[in-house]
Amino acid sequence: MSDLTGPAPVPALGGAAFDGYVRIAEAPQGAMFTLRGDLSSAALKTAATKLAAVDMPEQGRVALNGERALAWMSPDELLLLAPWAEHASVVAQLDAALDDPALNWVDVSQARARFAISGPDGLVREVAAKLAPVDFSPSAFTPGSFRRSRIGQVAGAFWCPGPGRIEVVCFRSVAEYVFTLLRDAARPGSEVRLYA
Amino acid sequence: MLLLDCPCCGVRGEETEFHCGGEAHITREGPASDDAAFEHYMFERVNPRGVHFERWRHVAGCGKWFHAARDTVTLEIWGTYPAQTTRPPEEVLETIRAARPGFKWRDIA
Ligand SMILES: [Zn+2]
Repeated sequence: MSDLTGPAPVPALGGAAFDGYVRIAEAPQGAMFTLRGDLSSAALKTAATKLAAVDMPEQGRVALNGERALAWMSPDELLLLAPWAEHASVVAQLDAALDDPALNWVDVSQARARFAISGPDGLVREVAAKLAPVDFSPSAFTPGSFRRSRIGQVAGAFWCPGPGRIEVVCFRSVAEYVFTLLRDAARPGSEVRLYA
Repeated sequence: MLLLDCPCCGVRGEETEFHCGGEAHITREGPASDDAAFEHYMFERVNPRGVHFERWRHVAGCGKWFHAARDTVTLEIWGTYPAQTTRPPEEVLETIRAARPGFKWRDIA
């Protein structure tokens, strides 16, 4: 983990942004961890909910608390988000709390890229819907919804923190591809008014 | 286009989010089996026109394997069910029997 002693990491695209008919902006570097194991295990639940300062999310949901979040990824996987300033502290606490070999965690802070789509709610949903085979209608994709899918040809996930905003996470190696897709989908003049 | 309900994460997704893993409910023959049984396990697959049982993986979603019963002609999905079984659940079979009376797939009818 040479990154812990080296210079502070930067996001994949240096915080790239594009103002189209909605705004596409790369998120600042955050801390991100994959937690795997039996989601009913007390040790895993306690560590995850304490570090994110939220309640355990249900299937297909994310529990949000400012820059912290805990997302349900699969029947045996959680995604934990925290501010970068807390990275070292979260690493230490996960290491201490998850000593059961059947409970695993890995630091994916520098393996991922994050983007936010923001603007008028209907248009934000539409830009996401151009790129993934997901129902982004307001009744189906509600605040707190978390959905893994594909973005164009790569894996990614979407969540809705509230009206007018959808967050996107993908692998860092495809950050430029995903940003290009998002930018193209938000190009002025390409509005579909699917949800407007 | 197929619309599959993933029994592992509850998502209803369209087929490009999934990957088909071939025929379901194949008995894996080990080194102690005879040549005919091993050949059957290794090579013999059905390619039905109509009711079929397959393994699918929610590859761009939760990543889990599951089973699906579908019609290869109409693309109707009769049901999806967990991977941890060697036979389709009775309720899925009831659905198929109602829609396709007299259907037969290997030893399942
Ligand atoms: Zn799934």
